[in-house]
Amino acid sequence: MKKLINTPEDVVDQALAGMIAAHPGYIRVEEPNIVVRMDAPRPGKVGVISGGGSGHEPMHGGFVGMGMLDAACPGAVFTSPVPDQMLAATKAVNGGAGVLHIVKNYTGDIMNFEIAAEMARDEGIEVTAVVIADDVAVKDSLYTAGRRGVGGTVLAEKIVGAAAEAGADIATVTALCQKVQDNVRSMGMALTSCTVPAAGKPTFELGDDEMEIGIGIHGEPGRTRMKLATADEITEMLAGPILDDLPFKAGDEVLAFVNGMGGTPLVELYIVFNKLAQICEARGVKITRSLVGNYITSLEMAGCSITLLKLDEELTKYWDAPVNTPALRWGV
Amino acid sequence: MSTASIAFDDVVAWFNLAAERLREARGYLTDLDSAIGDADHGTNMDRGFQAVLTILPTVPAGDIAALYKGAGRKILSTVGGASGPLYYTFMDRIGKTAEGKAELSGADFATALEAGIAGIQERGKAEPGDKTMLDALIPARDALRAGIDRGAAPADALAAAVEAAEQGMLATIPLVARKGRASYLGERSAGHQDPGATSSHLLLQAMADTFFRP
Repeated sequence: MKKLINTPEDVVDQALAGMIAAHPGYIRVEEPNIVVRMDAPRPGKVGVISGGGSGHEPMHGGFVGMGMLDAACPGAVFTSPVPDQMLAATKAVNGGAGVLHIVKNYTGDIMNFEIAAEMARDEGIEVTAVVIADDVAVKDSLYTAGRRGVGGTVLAEKIVGAAAEAGADIATVTALCQKVQDNVRSMGMALTSCTVPAAGKPTFELGDDEMEIGIGIHGEPGRTRMKLATADEITEMLAGPILDDLPFKAGDEVLAFVNGMGGTPLVELYIVFNKLAQICEARGVKITRSLVGNYITSLEMAGCSITLLKLDEELTKYWDAPVNTPALRWGV
Repeated sequence: MSTASIAFDDVVAWFNLAAERLREARGYLTDLDSAIGDADHGTNMDRGFQAVLTILPTVPAGDIAALYKGAGRKILSTVGGASGPLYYTFMDRIGKTAEGKAELSGADFATALEAGIAGIQERGKAEPGDKTMLDALIPARDALRAGIDRGAAPADALAAAVEAAEQGMLATIPLVARKGRASYLGERSAGHQDPGATSSHLLLQAMADTFFRP
């Protein structure tokens, strides 16, 4: 294992300490390991929190700040945080108007957030939850864990955070988050595996001429392993299932998000975006907003994911609204 | 120590042995999880049970219910993932059935295990055959109950339960996962032993090595 770390046990704590040192005006850390917006709680404002395993940086801690999240709960690398964290975060951001939990659809995250919500309600805090499950690589079924929450989470956190900042109430904020979930689809691929620090070796072996299609964000193998293809071919493989699933139709306006998995340079992500724009144009789907970069990552994995969100006036307005967080910042 | 019942000290001994065995199995469990999950099961279970060791001395001697519930709470706040809430619920429900009991007879133990497993089913909503910890736990539960009802010595019933858990654990290998992170792999999850069923078997084996011993 070759990593820029001190000891595997200290990765999360030392990274958190570094985040705080780097962004002192934005965030603070509270026990037990939660990242809280500097000016939380804000009276009368709906609190928005999320959380998940570490290793996906900048998600979620990098999205804490004005116009996005009020708090984030980082677990161990690729491990759901524990209910104590979500309960503490809920209390820390509760301005009396209720708190929304944005939960990615993983068995562990769901159960830990559920237990935390029960505890918070016992303490008299109104808590709602929306589950993000946007990964079209996973077949949805009543009998399985369902689709994973991936790139759509970043867009949901930005849009919902803007609405909460503007003073929307808990019912409105919750419904808006569900609306994002209902209109967003994603799919990802990997060129390399990644190494969980505590495991010390790559999660899977992948030949130099191979790739994994349909991965999530935890370094797990994807749905299928294939011979390496060109960026254009890969973009087709990801964009096709996304466009067909919702489905996105001619005339639709979309936000196109090309996300790096952590080890892929921007120059390659823009090659993917170039092809994605051509594919959308050929189908009459109009890209009116975009995001390109490493926002929801899988440690040092090389690869990318594509996310499309069907926009309307409301979603566009909140996407454009000012945001001021360590990792996303505009309009301020 | 008694062949007829489980005392407070036996449960303490079980937590100690389980923590020791999980530490030994840490790399193995994580390797199993690397194949079909996210490579953290061994690390998470080890972290949780090491944390449980720190609370054992703080539980009032003789209070078996408080021991299980306290351990469950510690697991919930340190393990994370899906295993944290599931093993928490398991311990918490066992603790509830032990309320007011200074020791657990073979029948009490069977009832406790049934309650713990029912808790896991409610929380995780998995069914037998989904390639989860239940595939080890449910056969063990049934073997234990059958043995106790037949009048077998508790140690023998528990040994049969561990045997059933091992069969169940091995039977997860060809299964296609329908719950948990392994389910994202679809057909590719077949051919690998489930890490959760493996840690459940390990915990039951540690029970057989500490409970109902002469």
